[in-house]
Amino acid sequence: MSLAAILQQLATGMLATISIFVLTLFFSMPLGLLVAFGRMAKFKPLQYLMKFYISIMRGTPLMLQLMVVYYGPYYIFHIKLPAGYQFTATIIGFAINYAAYFAEIYRSGIQSIPVGQYEAAKVLGYSKVQTFGKIIFPQMVKRVLPSVTNEVITLVKDTSLAFVLAYAEMFTLAKQIAASQTSIVPLFIAGLFYYIFNLIVAGVMGYIEKRLDYYK
Amino acid sequence: MKLLEINNLKKSFDNLDVLHDISLSVEEGQVVAIIGPSGSGKSTLLRCATMLETMDSGELTYVGESAVTNNEAGKAVYADSKQLKKIQGYFGLVFQNFNLFPHYSVMKNITDAPIHIQKRDKKEVYAQARELLKKMGLEDKEDYYPCQLSGGQQQRVAIARALALNPSILFFDEPTSALDPELTGEILKVIRQLAEEKMTMVIVTHEMTFARDVADHVIFMDGGYIIEEGNPKDVIEHPKEERTRQFLARFAAK
Ligand SMILES: Nc1ncnc2c1ncn2[C@@H]1O[C@H](COP(=O)(O)OP(=O)(O)OP(=O)(O)O)[C@@H](O)[C@H]1O
Ligand SMILES: [Mg+2]
Repeated sequence: MSLAAILQQLATGMLATISIFVLTLFFSMPLGLLVAFGRMAKFKPLQYLMKFYISIMRGTPLMLQLMVVYYGPYYIFHIKLPAGYQFTATIIGFAINYAAYFAEIYRSGIQSIPVGQYEAAKVLGYSKVQTFGKIIFPQMVKRVLPSVTNEVITLVKDTSLAFVLAYAEMFTLAKQIAASQTSIVPLFIAGLFYYIFNLIVAGVMGYIEKRLDYYK
Repeated sequence: MKLLEINNLKKSFDNLDVLHDISLSVEEGQVVAIIGPSGSGKSTLLRCATMLETMDSGELTYVGESAVTNNEAGKAVYADSKQLKKIQGYFGLVFQNFNLFPHYSVMKNITDAPIHIQKRDKKEVYAQARELLKKMGLEDKEDYYPCQLSGGQQQRVAIARALALNPSILFFDEPTSALDPELTGEILKVIRQLAEEKMTMVIVTHEMTFARDVADHVIFMDGGYIIEEGNPKDVIEHPKEERTRQFLARFAAK
């Protein structure tokens, strides 16, 4: 198998990996904010529920969570799922797992903002929603950016866990081709791909951090 | 005309009684200074008056409109949110540590609330903000961010931010306490100027000379009580109460 042929086969895997990455962030980042709100809610049952959710998500392997999302509906409820469910299950599994991590990052960011900011906003007449949207949220974003960057870089590598659902992303394909061709090359290409992907991610996040450097 | 009236205000935290039966009123154009030792309840009084803290009992009235009344059981009852929102517009507060919004420029700190909360005309608000900045000696700083300013400059921006909402009465909680001694003068000068313009103000301060010179009325608090109040010359130079004397002696010694 020529290098070009290997690359061609891996290309679909790259696209799949990028889709998992993008969709996971798209769903988990806002979901994390909702979880963070629930975790900080005055209503105790909601607060405990979110605390429990976060501890499960962070305390058990992501690989296992993916399998539960994928096999659970059939094993538990005997629901027959459509053929494409692999991909949906992958996205659901990643999104709910990463939401838990983002929730804790957001929460610590929100809680690190001095109470004086809320008080100043209140005296100036801002409503609660305006205070969060205009005053707290932008400052939170700046504060959590380094931790979010760490998570995002981990996510790039974690996408390879989708292989447990035999979803044809980069790593799954590379493994298959490596086995069928008894060649290490596909694995090297996969490694290079993840590495470059992460360089780009780090670059983008660094750029955003710089853009927010105009205030302390 | 009475701009602020507080009657029989009581406030406790858990089991700690912080304010016992505080009553005071502020007339239009009056400058009231509140002095007293640390922990005497000065900030709590200001925070109750500005509704950052809920009072347990007592009445709070701005410009003849009730924010808080007492029910038969003697418990504080707050007006509905619409009324409170209106009353919120009657007063401003300047904090000890400024509490500017760090992600907003000086200009945006001052203009955001007038434009988005009071829904005033942008042009008019900007013009007023520039005028206020000029008055604060900061006309060249409108595009700066708070972190690029000295403490004294930040506090002047905070004063401008409060004034931009055109409050009837402005509260200050130790506006110079977070500043280096050489920077307190510039803030006191601004407040003095506001007093000359007949801005109604209630100022918690440890600057006795300033209180004596600028205030029309001085209140000395200790242990959650108003111990003595009156004309600043009387209270600060010829205090009647032993506790006032002791407190002032500590300042004279410095
Ligand atoms: N949120 C709170 N919870 C519990 N106790 C409080 C709270 N805020 C204030 N206190 C207590 O109330 C008392 C009065 O505090 P306050 O801040 O009003 O004093 P102060 O006169 O402003 O003092 P200082 O000159 O140090 O600013 C203190 O004993 C303080 O510990
Ligand atoms: Mg205080």
